[in-house]
This record gives sequence, structure tokens and C-alpha cells, in this order.
Amino acid sequence: MNVSFAAQLNSVLAALILLTAFGLLAQRRIYGLLHIFALQGFFLSVSTAVVGYSAGLHHLYISALLTLTLKVIVLPYILYVLIHRLRIHKEVEEVVNIPTTMLIGIALVIYSYHLTAPIRELSDFITRSTLAVALATVMLGLLMMIIRKKAVTQIIGFLALENGLFFAATSATYGMPLVVELGVALDILIAAFIFGIFFFQIRTTFDTLDLKAMEKLKEEE
Amino acid sequence: MTKDIYPILIESLQVVTVLVASPLLVGWIRVLKCWSQGRSSAGVFQPFRDISKLFIKETVLAENASWIFRATPYIVFGATVMAGAIIPVISVDLPLSATADIIALVALFAIARFFLALAGMDIGTAFGGMGSSREMMVSSLAEPAMLMSIFTVSLVNSSTSLSQMALVLTSNPIVLRPSLAFALLAFVLIALAENGRIPVDNPATHLELTMIHEAMILEYSGRHLALLEWANMMKLFLFAAIGIACFFPWGIALKDNIGMLPAAFILLAFKLALIGVFIVVAETVLAKMRIFRVPEFLGSAFLFATLGMLSYFILE
Repeated sequence: MNVSFAAQLNSVLAALILLTAFGLLAQRRIYGLLHIFALQGFFLSVSTAVVGYSAGLHHLYISALLTLTLKVIVLPYILYVLIHRLRIHKEVEEVVNIPTTMLIGIALVIYSYHLTAPIRELSDFITRSTLAVALATVMLGLLMMIIRKKAVTQIIGFLALENGLFFAATSATYGMPLVVELGVALDILIAAFIFGIFFFQIRTTFDTLDLKAMEKLKEEE
Repeated sequence: MTKDIYPILIESLQVVTVLVASPLLVGWIRVLKCWSQGRSSAGVFQPFRDISKLFIKETVLAENASWIFRATPYIVFGATVMAGAIIPVISVDLPLSATADIIALVALFAIARFFLALAGMDIGTAFGGMGSSREMMVSSLAEPAMLMSIFTVSLVNSSTSLSQMALVLTSNPIVLRPSLAFALLAFVLIALAENGRIPVDNPATHLELTMIHEAMILEYSGRHLALLEWANMMKLFLFAAIGIACFFPWGIALKDNIGMLPAAFILLAFKLALIGVFIVVAETVLAKMRIFRVPEFLGSAFLFATLGMLSYFILE
């Protein structure tokens, strides 16, 4: 596998990550969201391994392995158990309808391409062109947190955002130091547990996971 | 001497191929479908028998049919044959392909569709109007996505001429391009919608509530119906041919090279057979969707096409 092929493979994986980010925006069913999220983690892990191979940086293999276990297996499993326990079966509700969301998403991709264009000129890494995709993934995760009403889907948006940040780190600087990555991974894992506890608290207090209920601060008149 | 005859020869060979192979492709799809459902099939030549039967039958016209209704079958058939003369099916060296690029080709299909929709409304029956309005809804959403998808391929090959695109793709080494993958995905979705295949329309049914294409041509009979059916089969064939020329042109005969023609024919048959298998698998796995889901389906096609174009700029 030579370097130019690795670069091509990396851009294909970047495109797939972008596609899964859009898939998360479009998906209506909550289990479908989990599957797409796991898929995104898988592409991210493969992409990290490819970058590690082509740059000859072996600590990236460990990050890839970490991503694989955490984001493809552990986190989706925790969320799956949560959803199962909370008995959420309904279709996901959205504030904005899907085609409009898609158009906003496309605008965000163009915007992030525009933002990263100067950085692209400065860098000479093989991964420099994927930085725009990474930023777009972050923004799409943010968009998902804004447009979804339910707490669980917002968490998936948050985790997708984190995927985007991780991807940005790999494509801009060939990954963070391993200590930082281990710390972030642990944080995410702890966060997932805390989210779970929060979900139960929110539901026992408000009888719903719809965060609209939390906007009412006053007692009903 | 051969140099002068060659363009005419190849052009007529191409048109004959389109005319003959399109019912064969439809027949092949029907045979595969029968096999997949455990029925015994009528054979790949059944569409020919259907068409020739319709040509013999009497043509019944409604009393209030205007010239639009009578002219539409010829216009649709003519536009489709014209499109068939432009798309490189067996050789990139088509004399007529210089007359129209792929944008003009989309416009040719649009002319056919425009007259078909007019004819659907011409008689004044409820079904015709309903079919026309649905067809226009689908096509108004499919066309921008189709153009976006094609623009992506044009960007990659820096040409809007289909022959040139196929030539550039075959002569350069193969590289992994996410933009082309997205464009292909978008193109497949659009081709399914444009040809009225399952998830968007069901070509085999005359169920009142769901039909789109069949509703428009419900009032046609005899040779008019034969022409429309034949044009519809050609449309499916031509979309397959556009897909092959844009995304998998390897094996097509190159300039002034008669020797490559037999191999090109065999490869074409092989690719079309595979496309038939793909269509049948897709139609077996998928269910027809609600008509109000169609905008979302075509919206995602547009999204894929746009992502393809963006990833051309971002990633390549």
C-alpha cells in the first residue's frame, strides 16, 4: 500500500464519515441512529489506522483500537441498554423537518470548507484535505444537538461531535498525544454513565425525556 | 473509403442496438423477477411479442382528443431514439454525440416527459391528470439531482460530452474517488425514480391509487401504446447506458477501432445483465414507498449528488 493509495483510501473514509454524519441527521428511528453512530466510529477507527500506517506513527494504532472498542462496541452498547431500560420506541421528533435540515447541513459543509481553506494551504500532511470534513462533522453534530428534542438523541449528537473532533485531531496534527487521547476516551466513557443517570433523573422528575419540559421553570398557574 | 462509411455504420449500429436491446433488457428483468418469485417466465422475447401485438391492434381515440394526444407517442419515441443516438453505448466514436452534451440529453428526456404529461391531461380523465401531476412532481425533484450528479462526473472528467467523459475515464488509471461514488449513488436513486421502478412507482401494476406512469398512458391503445411502451423500455436502457458511460465505461470501443466492437458488445451485454440483477434484487428487497415519501427519497439523491460535488472540491 503506497502513500497515494493511502491518501485516496483516507479521503474515501472521510467521505463515508461525512455521509454517516448526514445519516445521523436524517435517521428517524432511534436504533437506526445507534447503528449509524457505530458505523461512524468504525470508519473513524479505520481512517485513524490508515493515517497511522501512512505516516508511520504507531501510537495511532492504539488510538484506532481505542476508538474501535469504545465507539463501536462499548458506547453503542451502553446507549442500547439505556434505550431499552427507558423503553423509548417512538420515532425521533425533530424541530425542523428533514429536507430543511439536509440543506442546512450542506450549507455547513460549504462553510467549513471555506473556513479550513487557509489551513489547507499551509499544511503538507496527506490528511490536510480531510480537515474540512472533520470540521463539518463537528458542526453537523452540533446541528443535531440543536434540532433534536429528546435527550438521548442529543447525546448521540454530542458523541458524533466528539467523533468529529477526534477526526480533526488526526487529520490536522496526526493525532493528539496518547495520554490526552486516553484521558478523552475515559471522559467520554464516564460521561456516558453520567448521561444515563441523568436520563433516569429527568424522566422521574418530568415523566418525559423531551427537554422542552425542562424549559418550564415556573409552577403551572 | 472505410473512413467515410465508418461513422454512418457505427451510428446506425448504435440505434439498432438501442431499439433491439431495450425490450431484451426489460424481458431479462421480467424473467429474473419470475425466477426470484418462483414463477415460470414467458421468456426474454415476450416484450417483442407484446409490442408487435399492439402494433397490429386497432387504435382507439377518444372523441375529444386533440393533436397533442395524437402527436405525443411520435414525439416521445422520436426524442428517445434521438437520445439513443447520442449516448455512447458501444463506441465513444459517435458522430452524433458531438451535437448534444449531457445537459441537452437531460432536456431531450424532459421534452418527452413534458408531452407525455400534456397528453395525460389532454383527454380530461381523472387518472390522466393525476398521473401527470405526480410525474411532474417526481421529475421536478429528480431533474436538479440528476444534473448535480452529472455535473460531478463532468467536473472529474472536465467535459460535459458523454463520449469525452467515457474516453477520459477509460484512458486514465483507476483511482478511488469519493465524488464519483456519491454521484453513482445519487444516479442510481434518480434512475429508479425516473424510470418508475419500485420504491417510487410500480411498472407492473395498474392499481389506481399508486400508478404514475401507467396513469398517464391509460387512454392509449394500439400503435400509440406500442410506441410509448417501446420508448419507456428504451428509456430504462438509456439510463443504464448513461450509468455505464459515466461510471463503468471500461471495455467500450475507442476511436476508429472496429476490432473492439465484438468485445464491446459482449461486455455491454454482461454489464446490462448485471444491472438487471441489481434492479430485481432492489425491487425484491424494497417495498413501494408512500408518494409523500418520494420527495425525501429524491431529496437524499440530491444530497448525495451535492456531497459528491463538495467532496470533489474538498477531498480531491
